[in-house]
Amino acid sequence: MRTISVDKIAAAVEKMCREANCVLPKDTEKALDKALKIEKSPLGRESLKQCLLNAKIAKTQKIPVCQDTGLAVFFIKQGRDLEIKGGPLHEAINKGVANACQNGYLRASCVNDPVFARRNTGSNVPAIIHIEQVPGSRLEINYMPKGGGAENTSRLAMLKPSDGEEGILSFVSETVIQAGANPCPPTVIGVGIGGNLERCALLAKKALMWPVGKANPDKRYNRLEKRILKVINASGLGPQGLGGTVSCLGVHIEHEPCHMSSLPVAVNINCHAHRHQTVVL
Amino acid sequence: MKAKRISLPPGGAVVNKLKSGDRVLISGEIYTARDAVHQRFHKLLAIGCKLPIDLRGQTLFYAGPAPAPKGKVIGSIGPTTSGRMDAYTPLLLAKAGLKAMIGKGRRNPEVISAIKKHKAVYFAATGGAAALLSQSVVKAETVLLPELGPEAVLKLTVKDLPAVVAVDCRGNDLYDEGPKEYKKPIKQF
Repeated sequence: MRTISVDKIAAAVEKMCREANCVLPKDTEKALDKALKIEKSPLGRESLKQCLLNAKIAKTQKIPVCQDTGLAVFFIKQGRDLEIKGGPLHEAINKGVANACQNGYLRASCVNDPVFARRNTGSNVPAIIHIEQVPGSRLEINYMPKGGGAENTSRLAMLKPSDGEEGILSFVSETVIQAGANPCPPTVIGVGIGGNLERCALLAKKALMWPVGKANPDKRYNRLEKRILKVINASGLGPQGLGGTVSCLGVHIEHEPCHMSSLPVAVNINCHAHRHQTVVL
Repeated sequence: MKAKRISLPPGGAVVNKLKSGDRVLISGEIYTARDAVHQRFHKLLAIGCKLPIDLRGQTLFYAGPAPAPKGKVIGSIGPTTSGRMDAYTPLLLAKAGLKAMIGKGRRNPEVISAIKKHKAVYFAATGGAAALLSQSVVKAETVLLPELGPEAVLKLTVKDLPAVVAVDCRGNDLYDEGPKEYKKPIKQF
């Protein structure tokens, strides 16, 4: 049995939160570069140029790419042969998130109560943490700062099995097109298909963790991803929704078995500042 | 298409000349205000009270910055979704004399008709370009509600803040007009 201390985990989480917020990952920067090459609208190109310059400034000055440093979302794979010493795993993660907020000058965006008090917790905790047990003795931490603007435009539908591929295509593309400028296009789209209500939403979030534009290993789903992407880009929304040819950088689908009477579909939208990072301890 | 330099607070003549789709570089003083502040201001105006700051002819920037690192004027700052302020905006334009707004995303028909009626203007800044936009802030001071943290009201002095006229004082909406030009018919995908 391998052991790891909560302090080590908290320190790793702090480091990754700070880095992921200030340094745009290579896949996202590459996707924005490509978008600038093919975008036809002058205003669209101008805003893409601003995004790329923004990434450079954020990296050199070590300041966040976006002021919305998000709720901290974690997908964790915990090896069964790994013992965590000194406390529960979720506390270690929350400590790392709070330290990153404090020491890394990230924005505290979390309020304590959704309806009544809505008081800022001041440290951006609690984080959203999903833990999965896996074979082995490693701890894999996948982190995504998820901004409110894009998250607010996400949706879920319990379609009928008869709606099929066409129903999914219309629901996903309509959701993204209706969102307009609010999620800061060009967006990255995570789609969850199958499972049940809550599982489907989780699949959509998981799909966002992929590098931008990664092709689905299943050819049928890959074709559906490409079809959705084409429909979104034909909308004319463009960067920032001000008109243009690049409205979306990539569509990723995660799918799972579901009930014989269901076809759950969730759409989780992310902005062009598509930040994510993975560390393995 | 060169950006026009404009100074705030914007005089009526300047606002009249701005057309939806124009690129601008904004200089002058603006206030930040998001959801919580709008809700409070709206409550005050609705019961006939004065606002704690005079918004006549002023500009609101829908933004809540990241904290300022040591030695910096401000942290990363960029626009948040303007639509969330829609419920409060017509009253701010009518009763408080608000003249301009900076944010991102579409406004509802009530806001657009209020913009037209009160000869105001709505600018869109690039969402998610907050490190870049923070470079345009030369001074920042908390003037109201510091207890709201990132939602506090700041008075900012900006120099050449890049933006686009999204809704002009005649009610022309770039979020309608812009995408039309690039929309392709959906045949067989």
